[in-house]
Amino acid sequence: MAKQSKTLNLNFGPQHPAAHGVLRLILELDGEVVEKADPHIGLLHRGTEKLIENKTYMQAVPYFDRLDYVAPMNQEHAFALAIEKILKIEVPIRAQFIRVIFCEIGRILSHILNITTQALDVGALTPSLWGFEERETLMTFYERASGSRLHANYFRAGGVHQDLPRGLEDDISKFCESFPKIINDLESLLTDNRIFKQRNVDIGIVTKQDALDYSFSGVMIRGSGIPWDLRKSQPYDCYEQLEFKIPVGKNGDCYDRYLCRIEEMKESVKIIKQCLTMIPKGPIKSQDGKITPPPKQKIKESMEALIHHFKLFTEGYRVPKDEIYTAVEAPKGEFGVYLISDGSNKPYKCKIRAPGFSHLQSMDYLIKGHMLADVPAVLGSLDIVFGEIDR
Amino acid sequence: MNNLIDLEKKINSELTTKINNSKILHNQLFLDIDCSDLIEVTLFLKNNNLTKFRQLIDITAVDYPENQKRFKIVYLFLSHEFNQRIILTFFINENEIVSSVTKIFPAANWMEREVFDMYGVKFKDHPDLRRILTDYNFEGFPLRKDFPLTGHNEVRYSEEEKKVIYEDIKLEQNYRNFDYESPWEGTKYIKDQIKK
Repeated sequence: MAKQSKTLNLNFGPQHPAAHGVLRLILELDGEVVEKADPHIGLLHRGTEKLIENKTYMQAVPYFDRLDYVAPMNQEHAFALAIEKILKIEVPIRAQFIRVIFCEIGRILSHILNITTQALDVGALTPSLWGFEERETLMTFYERASGSRLHANYFRAGGVHQDLPRGLEDDISKFCESFPKIINDLESLLTDNRIFKQRNVDIGIVTKQDALDYSFSGVMIRGSGIPWDLRKSQPYDCYEQLEFKIPVGKNGDCYDRYLCRIEEMKESVKIIKQCLTMIPKGPIKSQDGKITPPPKQKIKESMEALIHHFKLFTEGYRVPKDEIYTAVEAPKGEFGVYLISDGSNKPYKCKIRAPGFSHLQSMDYLIKGHMLADVPAVLGSLDIVFGEIDR
Repeated sequence: MNNLIDLEKKINSELTTKINNSKILHNQLFLDIDCSDLIEVTLFLKNNNLTKFRQLIDITAVDYPENQKRFKIVYLFLSHEFNQRIILTFFINENEIVSSVTKIFPAANWMEREVFDMYGVKFKDHPDLRRILTDYNFEGFPLRKDFPLTGHNEVRYSEEEKKVIYEDIKLEQNYRNFDYESPWEGTKYIKDQIKK
Protein backbone atom coordinates (compact mmCIF):
# COMPACT_ATOMS: atom_id res chain seq x y z
CA MET A 1 0.00 0.00 0.00
CA ALA A 2 1.34 3.38 -0.95
CA LYS A 3 2.02 5.61 1.99
CA GLN A 4 0.10 8.85 2.06
CA SER A 5 1.80 11.94 3.34
CA LYS A 6 0.61 15.45 3.82
CA THR A 7 2.17 18.58 5.20
CA LEU A 8 1.21 19.88 8.58
CA ASN A 9 0.63 23.56 9.22
CA LEU A 10 1.92 24.68 12.56
CA ASN A 11 1.20 28.00 14.15
CA PHE A 12 4.23 29.11 16.17
CA GLY A 13 3.39 32.07 18.36
CA PRO A 14 2.30 34.92 18.61
CA GLN A 15 2.82 34.22 22.29
CA HIS A 16 5.72 31.81 22.40
CA PRO A 17 8.67 32.21 24.75
CA ALA A 18 11.18 31.25 22.06
CA ALA A 19 9.79 33.76 19.56
CA HIS A 20 11.50 36.65 21.40
CA GLY A 21 8.40 38.77 21.27
CA VAL A 22 5.18 38.72 19.34
CA LEU A 23 6.08 36.76 16.25
CA ARG A 24 3.53 34.58 14.54
CA LEU A 25 5.35 32.04 12.45
CA ILE A 26 3.34 29.77 10.19
CA LEU A 27 5.34 26.66 9.49
CA GLU A 28 4.65 24.00 6.93
CA LEU A 29 6.04 20.74 8.20
CA ASP A 30 6.72 17.48 6.49
CA GLY A 31 7.16 15.24 9.47
CA GLU A 32 9.66 17.21 11.50
CA VAL A 33 11.26 18.95 8.55
CA VAL A 34 10.28 22.55 7.89
CA GLU A 35 9.26 23.12 4.28
CA LYS A 36 8.18 26.72 4.49
CA ALA A 37 8.11 29.45 7.08
CA ASP A 38 5.90 32.50 6.78
CA PRO A 39 6.52 35.04 9.54
CA HIS A 40 3.58 37.31 10.31
CA ILE A 41 4.85 40.47 11.89
CA GLY A 42 3.31 43.75 12.89
CA LEU A 43 1.69 42.63 16.12
CA LEU A 44 3.70 45.27 17.93
CA HIS A 45 3.20 47.96 15.29
CA ARG A 46 2.74 51.33 16.96
CA GLY A 47 3.05 53.67 14.01
CA THR A 48 6.30 55.19 15.20
CA GLU A 49 7.04 56.83 11.86
CA LYS A 50 3.62 58.45 11.72
CA LEU A 51 3.96 59.70 15.29
CA ILE A 52 7.39 61.16 14.60
CA GLU A 53 5.97 63.14 11.68
CA ASN A 54 3.61 64.79 14.17
CA LYS A 55 6.15 65.64 16.85
CA THR A 56 8.94 68.17 17.06
CA TYR A 57 12.47 66.90 16.65
CA MET A 58 13.12 66.89 20.37
CA GLN A 59 9.86 65.09 21.14
CA ALA A 60 10.71 62.42 18.59
CA VAL A 61 13.80 61.19 20.43
CA PRO A 62 11.98 58.99 23.01
CA TYR A 63 10.34 56.99 20.22
CA PHE A 64 13.78 55.73 19.26
CA ASP A 65 14.25 54.21 22.72
CA ARG A 66 11.19 52.15 22.13
CA LEU A 67 12.43 50.58 18.91
CA ASP A 68 15.16 48.20 19.91
CA TYR A 69 14.46 48.40 23.61
CA VAL A 70 17.45 46.33 24.70
CA ALA A 71 19.93 48.92 23.39
CA PRO A 72 17.98 52.19 23.38
CA MET A 73 20.76 54.73 23.06
CA ASN A 74 22.18 53.29 19.84
CA GLN A 75 18.97 54.21 18.07
CA GLU A 76 18.88 57.73 19.44
CA HIS A 77 22.39 58.11 18.13
CA ALA A 78 21.34 57.64 14.51
CA PHE A 79 18.60 60.23 14.82
CA ALA A 80 20.83 62.73 16.60
CA LEU A 81 23.53 62.33 13.95
CA ALA A 82 21.01 62.91 11.16
CA ILE A 83 19.82 66.19 12.65
CA GLU A 84 23.35 67.32 13.44
CA LYS A 85 24.47 66.75 9.87
CA ILE A 86 21.60 68.78 8.48
CA LEU A 87 22.02 71.58 11.00
CA LYS A 88 25.82 71.40 10.56
CA ILE A 89 26.51 71.65 14.28
CA GLU A 90 29.65 70.51 16.02
CA VAL A 91 29.34 68.10 18.89
CA PRO A 92 31.77 68.80 21.77
CA ILE A 93 34.47 66.16 22.23
CA ARG A 94 33.28 65.17 25.68
CA ALA A 95 29.77 64.53 24.39
CA GLN A 96 31.14 62.35 21.60
CA PHE A 97 32.99 60.20 24.11
CA ILE A 98 29.99 59.93 26.41
CA ARG A 99 27.88 58.81 23.47
CA VAL A 100 30.39 56.20 22.39
CA ILE A 101 30.68 54.86 25.93
CA PHE A 102 26.93 54.45 26.17
CA CYS A 103 26.63 52.99 22.68
CA GLU A 104 29.11 50.32 23.63
CA ILE A 105 27.28 49.72 26.89
CA GLY A 106 24.18 49.27 24.75
CA ARG A 107 26.02 46.79 22.58
CA ILE A 108 27.01 44.73 25.61
CA LEU A 109 23.44 44.92 26.94
CA SER A 110 22.05 43.64 23.67
CA HIS A 111 24.63 40.91 23.15
CA ILE A 112 24.26 39.58 26.71
CA LEU A 113 20.53 39.35 26.20
CA ASN A 114 20.91 37.64 22.86
CA ILE A 115 23.57 35.14 23.86
CA THR A 116 21.86 34.11 27.05
CA THR A 117 18.36 33.83 25.60
CA GLN A 118 19.69 31.89 22.64
CA ALA A 119 21.26 29.52 25.14
CA LEU A 120 17.94 29.40 26.97
CA ASP A 121 16.16 28.46 23.77
CA VAL A 122 18.42 25.49 23.25
CA GLY A 123 18.17 24.37 26.84
CA ALA A 124 20.74 26.14 29.02
CA LEU A 125 19.26 28.10 31.90
CA THR A 126 22.33 29.24 33.85
CA PRO A 127 23.79 31.74 31.34
CA SER A 128 20.70 33.90 31.49
CA LEU A 129 20.83 34.03 35.27
CA TRP A 130 24.46 35.09 35.21
CA GLY A 131 24.09 37.44 32.28
CA PHE A 132 21.08 39.31 33.56
CA GLU A 133 22.91 40.29 36.70
CA GLU A 134 25.44 42.14 34.55
CA ARG A 135 22.68 43.71 32.49
CA GLU A 136 21.23 45.07 35.70
CA THR A 137 24.57 46.71 36.56
CA LEU A 138 24.74 48.25 33.10
CA MET A 139 21.22 49.53 33.36
CA THR A 140 22.05 51.31 36.59
CA PHE A 141 24.73 53.16 34.57
CA TYR A 142 21.98 54.14 32.16
CA GLU A 143 19.89 55.26 35.08
CA ARG A 144 22.60 57.31 36.67
CA ALA A 145 23.35 59.13 33.44
CA SER A 146 19.86 59.64 32.09
CA GLY A 147 17.43 58.97 34.94
CA SER A 148 15.87 55.82 33.58
CA ARG A 149 16.98 52.26 33.16
CA LEU A 150 15.59 51.64 29.70
CA HIS A 151 14.00 54.56 27.92
CA ALA A 152 16.88 56.91 28.28
CA ASN A 153 16.03 59.89 26.04
CA TYR A 154 19.63 60.93 26.59
CA PHE A 155 21.23 61.67 23.21
CA ARG A 156 20.08 64.95 21.74
CA ALA A 157 21.01 66.75 18.59
CA GLY A 158 24.15 68.62 19.58
CA GLY A 159 25.35 66.33 22.35
CA VAL A 160 23.77 64.64 25.32
CA HIS A 161 21.15 65.89 27.74
CA GLN A 162 23.28 66.19 30.87
CA ASP A 163 26.78 65.48 32.11
CA LEU A 164 27.73 62.24 33.81
CA PRO A 165 27.19 62.35 37.57
CA ARG A 166 30.20 62.29 39.86
CA GLY A 167 31.74 58.84 40.27
CA LEU A 168 30.04 57.21 37.29
CA GLU A 169 33.22 57.13 35.20
CA ASP A 170 35.04 55.31 38.01
CA ASP A 171 32.25 52.80 38.40
CA ILE A 172 32.13 52.08 34.68
CA SER A 173 35.87 51.54 34.67
CA LYS A 174 35.51 49.15 37.64
CA PHE A 175 32.90 47.28 35.64
CA CYS A 176 35.32 47.05 32.71
CA GLU A 177 37.80 45.35 35.01
CA SER A 178 35.37 42.79 36.31
CA PHE A 179 33.29 42.10 33.22
CA PRO A 180 35.84 40.15 31.11
CA LYS A 181 35.79 37.50 33.83
CA ILE A 182 32.02 37.21 33.42
CA ILE A 183 32.42 36.78 29.67
CA ASN A 184 34.90 33.98 30.36
CA ASP A 185 32.44 32.38 32.76
CA LEU A 186 29.72 32.54 30.12
CA GLU A 187 32.10 31.07 27.59
CA SER A 188 33.02 28.25 29.96
CA LEU A 189 29.34 27.37 30.05
CA LEU A 190 28.68 27.57 26.32
CA THR A 191 31.61 27.67 23.92
CA ASP A 192 32.73 24.08 24.37
CA ASN A 193 29.42 22.83 25.64
CA ARG A 194 28.52 19.69 23.68
CA ILE A 195 24.78 20.29 23.65
CA PHE A 196 25.12 23.94 22.73
CA LYS A 197 27.42 23.02 19.85
CA GLN A 198 25.16 20.24 18.63
CA ARG A 199 22.30 22.65 18.50
CA ASN A 200 24.15 25.50 16.79
CA VAL A 201 27.07 24.31 14.67
CA ASP A 202 26.13 24.08 10.98
CA ILE A 203 22.61 25.33 11.67
CA GLY A 204 21.24 28.29 9.73
CA ILE A 205 24.23 28.74 7.44
CA VAL A 206 24.34 32.02 5.53
CA THR A 207 26.66 32.25 2.54
CA LYS A 208 28.43 35.50 1.67
CA GLN A 209 26.31 36.03 -1.41
CA ASP A 210 23.05 35.50 0.46
CA ALA A 211 24.17 37.79 3.25
CA LEU A 212 24.47 40.53 0.63
CA ASP A 213 21.29 39.67 -1.25
CA TYR A 214 19.17 39.61 1.87
CA SER A 215 20.52 42.95 3.12
CA PHE A 216 22.11 41.50 6.21
CA SER A 217 24.22 43.69 8.41
CA GLY A 218 25.97 43.59 11.74
CA VAL A 219 26.78 40.20 13.20
CA MET A 220 24.69 38.48 10.55
CA ILE A 221 27.02 39.61 7.77
CA ARG A 222 30.22 39.39 9.80
CA GLY A 223 29.40 35.85 10.88
CA SER A 224 29.48 34.92 7.20
CA GLY A 225 32.97 36.29 6.76
CA ILE A 226 32.42 39.78 5.38
CA PRO A 227 34.37 42.26 7.47
CA TRP A 228 31.93 45.14 7.42
CA ASP A 229 31.35 47.41 10.38
CA LEU A 230 30.13 50.98 10.06
CA ARG A 231 32.17 52.00 13.08
CA LYS A 232 35.28 51.30 10.97
CA SER A 233 34.12 51.90 7.42
CA GLN A 234 32.05 55.04 7.92
CA PRO A 235 33.12 56.23 11.36
CA TYR A 236 30.94 58.65 13.26
CA ASP A 237 31.63 60.62 16.44
CA CYS A 238 35.00 59.65 17.90
CA TYR A 239 35.23 56.06 16.67
CA GLU A 240 38.09 57.06 14.39
CA GLN A 241 40.37 57.72 17.36
CA LEU A 242 39.69 54.37 18.98
CA GLU A 243 41.40 51.07 18.42
CA PHE A 244 39.32 47.98 18.17
CA LYS A 245 39.03 44.84 16.08
CA ILE A 246 36.16 43.50 14.06
CA PRO A 247 35.54 39.83 14.79
CA VAL A 248 34.58 37.89 11.66
CA GLY A 249 33.11 34.41 11.42
CA LYS A 250 34.05 31.65 9.01
CA ASN A 251 31.10 29.36 8.41
CA GLY A 252 28.17 31.71 8.81
CA ASP A 253 26.26 29.37 11.11
CA CYS A 254 24.54 30.08 14.41
CA TYR A 255 27.63 29.08 16.35
CA ASP A 256 29.88 31.53 14.50
CA ARG A 257 27.43 34.31 15.15
CA TYR A 258 27.48 33.44 18.83
CA LEU A 259 31.31 33.58 18.81
CA CYS A 260 31.24 36.94 17.03
CA ARG A 261 28.96 38.36 19.69
CA ILE A 262 31.22 37.13 22.48
CA GLU A 263 34.26 38.70 20.82
CA GLU A 264 32.38 41.92 20.15
CA MET A 265 31.60 42.25 23.83
CA LYS A 266 35.31 41.97 24.60
CA GLU A 267 36.07 44.65 22.01
CA SER A 268 33.34 46.87 23.46
CA VAL A 269 34.97 46.65 26.88
CA LYS A 270 38.26 47.74 25.28
CA ILE A 271 36.52 50.67 23.58
CA ILE A 272 34.91 51.80 26.83
CA LYS A 273 38.27 51.58 28.62
CA GLN A 274 39.96 53.71 25.96
CA CYS A 275 37.15 56.25 26.09
CA LEU A 276 37.43 56.54 29.84
CA THR A 277 41.13 57.36 29.63
CA MET A 278 40.73 59.75 26.68
CA ILE A 279 37.57 61.59 27.74
CA PRO A 280 38.30 65.29 28.34
CA LYS A 281 36.49 67.76 30.55
CA GLY A 282 34.30 70.31 28.88
CA PRO A 283 30.83 71.04 27.58
CA ILE A 284 28.50 68.13 26.84
CA LYS A 285 26.28 69.79 24.32
CA SER A 286 26.52 72.33 21.57
CA GLN A 287 26.60 75.85 22.93
CA ASP A 288 24.10 77.07 20.35
CA GLY A 289 21.18 78.24 22.46
CA LYS A 290 18.82 77.89 19.52
CA ILE A 291 19.27 74.12 19.48
CA THR A 292 20.19 72.89 22.95
CA PRO A 293 18.42 74.09 26.09
CA PRO A 294 20.33 76.29 28.56
CA PRO A 295 21.29 75.01 32.03
CA LYS A 296 18.64 75.54 34.70
CA GLN A 297 20.78 78.02 36.56
CA LYS A 298 21.03 80.31 33.56
CA ILE A 299 17.28 80.41 33.08
CA LYS A 300 17.00 82.17 36.42
CA GLU A 301 19.63 84.74 35.56
CA SER A 302 19.44 85.49 31.89
CA MET A 303 16.47 86.71 29.90
CA GLU A 304 17.91 85.29 26.69
CA ALA A 305 18.30 81.86 28.26
CA LEU A 306 14.71 81.99 29.47
CA ILE A 307 13.46 82.81 25.98
CA HIS A 308 15.59 80.04 24.49
CA HIS A 309 14.22 77.57 27.01
CA PHE A 310 10.64 78.59 26.33
CA LYS A 311 11.00 78.52 22.56
CA LEU A 312 12.80 75.18 22.57
CA PHE A 313 10.19 73.39 24.64
CA THR A 314 7.22 74.83 22.80
CA GLU A 315 8.18 75.45 19.21
CA GLY A 316 11.37 73.39 19.18
CA TYR A 317 14.11 74.09 16.71
CA ARG A 318 13.62 74.32 12.99
CA VAL A 319 15.60 72.19 10.62
CA PRO A 320 16.26 73.56 7.13
CA LYS A 321 14.89 71.75 4.10
CA ASP A 322 17.11 68.76 3.43
CA GLU A 323 17.25 65.04 2.90
CA ILE A 324 19.68 62.64 4.52
CA TYR A 325 20.30 59.00 5.33
CA THR A 326 22.49 58.27 8.32
CA ALA A 327 23.31 54.88 9.70
CA VAL A 328 25.01 53.63 12.82
CA GLU A 329 26.30 50.22 13.72
CA ALA A 330 23.69 49.21 16.26
CA PRO A 331 24.21 45.92 18.11
CA LYS A 332 21.93 44.16 15.67
CA GLY A 333 23.30 45.67 12.48
CA GLU A 334 22.91 48.77 10.39
CA PHE A 335 20.30 50.98 11.97
CA GLY A 336 19.49 53.88 9.70
CA VAL A 337 17.34 56.97 9.70
CA TYR A 338 16.20 58.47 6.43
CA LEU A 339 15.12 61.96 7.33
CA ILE A 340 13.39 64.53 5.16
CA SER A 341 13.02 67.95 6.72
CA ASP A 342 10.95 70.75 5.24
CA GLY A 343 12.17 73.74 7.20
CA SER A 344 9.55 73.45 9.93
CA ASN A 345 9.94 72.16 13.48
CA LYS A 346 8.72 68.65 12.62
CA PRO A 347 10.24 66.02 10.35
CA TYR A 348 8.35 65.68 7.08
CA LYS A 349 9.30 62.06 6.81
CA CYS A 350 11.38 59.82 9.01
CA LYS A 351 11.91 56.33 7.74
CA ILE A 352 13.54 53.97 10.18
CA ARG A 353 15.67 51.23 8.73
CA ALA A 354 15.73 48.43 11.27
CA PRO A 355 18.31 45.68 10.82
CA GLY A 356 16.04 42.99 12.26
CA PHE A 357 13.46 43.55 9.52
CA SER A 358 15.68 42.16 6.79
CA HIS A 359 17.06 39.47 9.07
CA LEU A 360 13.65 38.09 9.93
CA GLN A 361 12.61 38.28 6.30
CA SER A 362 15.17 35.62 5.46
CA MET A 363 13.62 33.19 7.95
CA ASP A 364 12.05 31.16 5.15
CA TYR A 365 15.36 30.80 3.34
CA LEU A 366 17.30 30.01 6.52
CA ILE A 367 15.00 27.41 7.97
CA LYS A 368 13.99 25.49 4.85
CA GLY A 369 15.03 21.86 5.25
CA HIS A 370 15.89 22.19 8.93
CA MET A 371 14.13 20.37 11.74
CA LEU A 372 11.42 21.98 13.80
CA ALA A 373 13.70 22.06 16.83
CA ASP A 374 16.12 24.28 14.88
CA VAL A 375 13.56 27.04 14.53
CA PRO A 376 14.24 28.54 17.98
CA ALA A 377 18.00 28.17 17.50
CA VAL A 378 17.96 30.07 14.20
CA LEU A 379 15.49 32.62 15.47
CA GLY A 380 17.66 33.17 18.53
CA SER A 381 20.79 33.74 16.48
CA LEU A 382 19.03 36.29 14.24
CA ASP A 383 18.78 38.54 17.30
CA ILE A 384 15.18 39.57 16.84
CA VAL A 385 13.60 42.36 18.84
CA PHE A 386 10.10 43.25 17.81
CA GLY A 387 10.24 46.83 18.90
CA GLU A 388 12.40 47.67 15.90
CA ILE A 389 10.92 45.25 13.38
CA ASP A 390 7.31 46.32 13.84
CA ARG A 391 8.05 49.97 14.61
CA MET B 1 35.04 53.95 -7.92
CA ASN B 2 36.38 55.38 -4.75
CA ASN B 3 35.49 58.95 -5.44
CA LEU B 4 31.88 60.07 -5.36
CA ILE B 5 32.37 62.75 -8.01
CA ASP B 6 33.96 60.26 -10.40
CA LEU B 7 31.14 57.88 -9.69
CA GLU B 8 28.59 60.54 -10.51
CA LYS B 9 30.35 61.25 -13.81
CA LYS B 10 30.62 57.59 -14.64
CA ILE B 11 26.96 56.88 -13.98
CA ASN B 12 25.91 59.96 -15.90
CA SER B 13 27.97 58.97 -18.92
CA GLU B 14 26.85 55.33 -18.89
CA LEU B 15 23.19 56.02 -18.32
CA THR B 16 22.87 59.42 -19.96
CA THR B 17 19.31 59.05 -21.07
CA LYS B 18 18.07 57.50 -17.85
CA ILE B 19 19.38 59.90 -15.23
CA ASN B 20 17.23 63.01 -14.99
CA ASN B 21 19.21 64.66 -12.29
CA SER B 22 22.06 63.88 -9.95
CA LYS B 23 23.55 65.64 -6.97
CA ILE B 24 25.92 64.98 -4.11
CA LEU B 25 24.67 65.88 -0.67
CA HIS B 26 26.08 64.85 2.71
CA ASN B 27 28.50 62.48 1.04
CA GLN B 28 25.73 60.56 -0.69
CA LEU B 29 24.83 60.47 -4.33
CA PHE B 30 21.22 61.25 -5.15
CA LEU B 31 19.95 60.03 -8.51
CA ASP B 32 16.65 61.03 -10.01
CA ILE B 33 15.28 58.65 -12.66
CA ASP B 34 12.02 57.70 -14.35
CA CYS B 35 9.84 54.97 -12.93
CA SER B 36 10.11 52.90 -16.12
CA ASP B 37 13.92 52.78 -15.99
CA LEU B 38 14.09 51.36 -12.49
CA ILE B 39 15.04 47.78 -13.35
CA GLU B 40 17.74 48.76 -15.84
CA VAL B 41 19.35 51.28 -13.53
CA THR B 42 19.25 48.88 -10.58
CA LEU B 43 20.83 46.09 -12.62
CA PHE B 44 23.55 48.44 -13.79
CA LEU B 45 24.30 49.63 -10.26
CA LYS B 46 24.44 46.09 -8.96
CA ASN B 47 26.48 44.44 -11.67
CA ASN B 48 28.86 47.02 -13.05
CA ASN B 49 32.39 46.48 -11.82
CA LEU B 50 32.90 50.13 -11.06
CA THR B 51 29.75 50.58 -9.02
CA LYS B 52 28.98 47.23 -7.31
CA PHE B 53 26.04 48.41 -5.26
CA ARG B 54 25.33 44.91 -4.11
CA GLN B 55 23.19 45.63 -1.12
CA LEU B 56 19.73 47.16 -1.07
CA ILE B 57 19.42 48.89 2.26
CA ASP B 58 15.83 50.03 2.16
CA ILE B 59 12.89 51.05 0.04
CA THR B 60 10.49 53.72 1.14
CA ALA B 61 8.06 56.29 -0.18
CA VAL B 62 7.32 59.91 0.63
CA ASP B 63 3.87 61.38 0.25
CA TYR B 64 3.44 64.83 -1.26
CA PRO B 65 -0.36 65.12 -1.54
CA GLU B 66 -0.23 68.52 -3.24
CA ASN B 67 1.96 67.29 -6.12
CA GLN B 68 0.46 65.86 -9.24
CA LYS B 69 2.91 63.01 -9.01
CA ARG B 70 2.10 62.24 -5.45
CA PHE B 71 4.63 59.68 -4.24
CA LYS B 72 8.36 59.80 -4.25
CA ILE B 73 9.75 56.27 -4.15
CA VAL B 74 13.19 56.00 -2.61
CA TYR B 75 15.74 53.19 -2.96
CA LEU B 76 18.85 53.17 -0.79
CA PHE B 77 21.84 51.20 -2.03
CA LEU B 78 25.15 50.43 -0.41
CA SER B 79 28.39 49.32 -1.99
CA HIS B 80 30.70 47.51 0.42
CA GLU B 81 33.58 47.44 -2.06
CA PHE B 82 33.70 51.18 -2.56
CA ASN B 83 32.09 52.18 0.72
CA GLN B 84 29.50 54.41 -0.91
CA ARG B 85 25.82 55.03 -0.77
CA ILE B 86 23.38 55.89 -3.52
CA ILE B 87 19.86 57.17 -3.07
CA LEU B 88 17.69 56.48 -6.10
CA THR B 89 14.40 58.34 -6.36
CA PHE B 90 11.53 58.85 -8.77
CA PHE B 91 8.05 60.29 -8.62
CA ILE B 92 4.87 58.43 -9.48
CA ASN B 93 1.22 59.36 -9.35
CA GLU B 94 -1.32 57.60 -7.21
CA ASN B 95 -2.34 54.83 -9.60
CA GLU B 96 0.99 54.11 -11.19
CA ILE B 97 2.47 50.65 -10.69
CA VAL B 98 6.17 50.21 -9.95
CA SER B 99 8.21 47.24 -11.14
CA SER B 100 9.31 45.02 -8.33
CA VAL B 101 13.05 44.51 -7.78
CA THR B 102 12.59 41.26 -5.83
CA LYS B 103 14.22 39.32 -8.68
CA ILE B 104 17.39 41.36 -8.33
CA PHE B 105 17.39 41.73 -4.56
CA PRO B 106 15.39 39.14 -2.60
CA ALA B 107 15.48 41.54 0.35
CA ALA B 108 13.11 43.83 -1.51
CA ASN B 109 10.23 41.48 -0.78
CA TRP B 110 9.26 42.78 2.64
CA MET B 111 10.39 46.30 1.89
CA GLU B 112 7.98 46.53 -1.03
CA ARG B 113 5.26 44.95 1.05
CA GLU B 114 5.83 47.65 3.65
CA VAL B 115 5.59 50.43 1.07
CA PHE B 116 2.39 48.86 -0.23
CA ASP B 117 1.02 48.58 3.29
CA MET B 118 1.88 52.11 4.34
CA TYR B 119 1.27 54.04 1.11
CA GLY B 120 -0.79 51.79 -1.15
CA VAL B 121 1.80 51.77 -3.91
CA LYS B 122 1.49 48.61 -5.99
CA PHE B 123 4.41 46.61 -7.32
CA LYS B 124 4.31 44.63 -10.53
CA ASP B 125 5.59 41.01 -10.43
CA HIS B 126 5.88 40.95 -6.68
CA PRO B 127 5.56 37.32 -5.50
CA ASP B 128 3.37 37.99 -2.50
CA LEU B 129 2.03 41.53 -2.15
CA ARG B 130 0.18 41.42 1.16
CA ARG B 131 -0.05 43.85 4.02
CA ILE B 132 2.74 43.36 6.49
CA LEU B 133 2.76 45.65 9.50
CA THR B 134 -0.87 46.60 9.97
CA ASP B 135 -3.62 44.42 11.41
CA TYR B 136 -5.39 41.69 9.45
CA ASN B 137 -8.26 43.30 7.48
CA PHE B 138 -6.88 46.76 8.01
CA GLU B 139 -8.16 49.45 5.68
CA GLY B 140 -6.43 52.60 4.52
CA PHE B 141 -2.79 53.54 4.16
CA PRO B 142 -1.47 54.92 7.43
CA LEU B 143 1.57 56.87 6.31
CA ARG B 144 -0.29 58.89 3.70
CA LYS B 145 -0.51 62.47 4.86
CA ASP B 146 -4.33 62.43 4.67
CA PHE B 147 -4.62 59.50 7.08
CA PRO B 148 -5.49 60.82 10.56
CA LEU B 149 -2.98 60.24 13.34
CA THR B 150 -5.65 58.71 15.56
CA GLY B 151 -6.72 56.16 12.93
CA HIS B 152 -10.28 55.00 12.28
CA ASN B 153 -10.81 51.95 14.48
CA GLU B 154 -10.29 50.92 18.04
CA VAL B 155 -10.45 47.43 19.48
CA ARG B 156 -11.72 46.16 22.80
CA TYR B 157 -12.80 42.93 24.39
CA SER B 158 -16.56 42.67 24.45
CA GLU B 159 -17.96 40.85 27.47
CA GLU B 160 -21.27 40.19 25.68
CA GLU B 161 -19.83 38.77 22.51
CA LYS B 162 -16.90 37.10 24.28
CA LYS B 163 -14.42 38.26 21.69
CA VAL B 164 -12.33 41.22 20.63
CA ILE B 165 -14.41 43.62 18.57
CA TYR B 166 -13.60 46.57 16.31
CA GLU B 167 -15.43 49.86 16.72
CA ASP B 168 -15.18 53.30 15.20
CA ILE B 169 -12.82 55.39 17.21
CA LYS B 170 -14.36 57.50 19.98
CA LEU B 171 -12.15 60.06 21.59
CA GLU B 172 -13.06 61.68 24.88
CA GLN B 173 -11.39 64.76 23.58
CA ASN B 174 -10.48 65.63 20.03
CA TYR B 175 -6.88 65.25 19.04
CA ARG B 176 -5.29 68.60 19.66
CA ASN B 177 -2.57 69.60 17.31
CA PHE B 178 -1.04 72.76 18.65
CA ASP B 179 0.86 74.79 16.17
CA TYR B 180 3.74 76.24 18.09
CA GLU B 181 5.54 77.62 15.10
CA SER B 182 5.97 81.32 15.55
CA PRO B 183 4.04 83.32 12.97
CA TRP B 184 6.83 85.85 12.79
CA GLU B 185 10.56 85.52 12.84
CA GLY B 186 11.46 88.97 14.11
CA THR B 187 11.69 92.18 12.20
CA LYS B 188 12.72 92.33 8.60
CA TYR B 189 16.24 93.60 9.14
CA ILE B 190 17.01 90.64 11.42
CA LYS B 191 15.67 88.25 8.80
CA ASP B 192 17.94 89.80 6.20
CA GLN B 193 20.89 89.36 8.52
CA ILE B 194 20.10 85.71 9.08
CA LYS B 195 19.83 85.14 5.35
CA LYS B 196 23.31 86.54 4.84
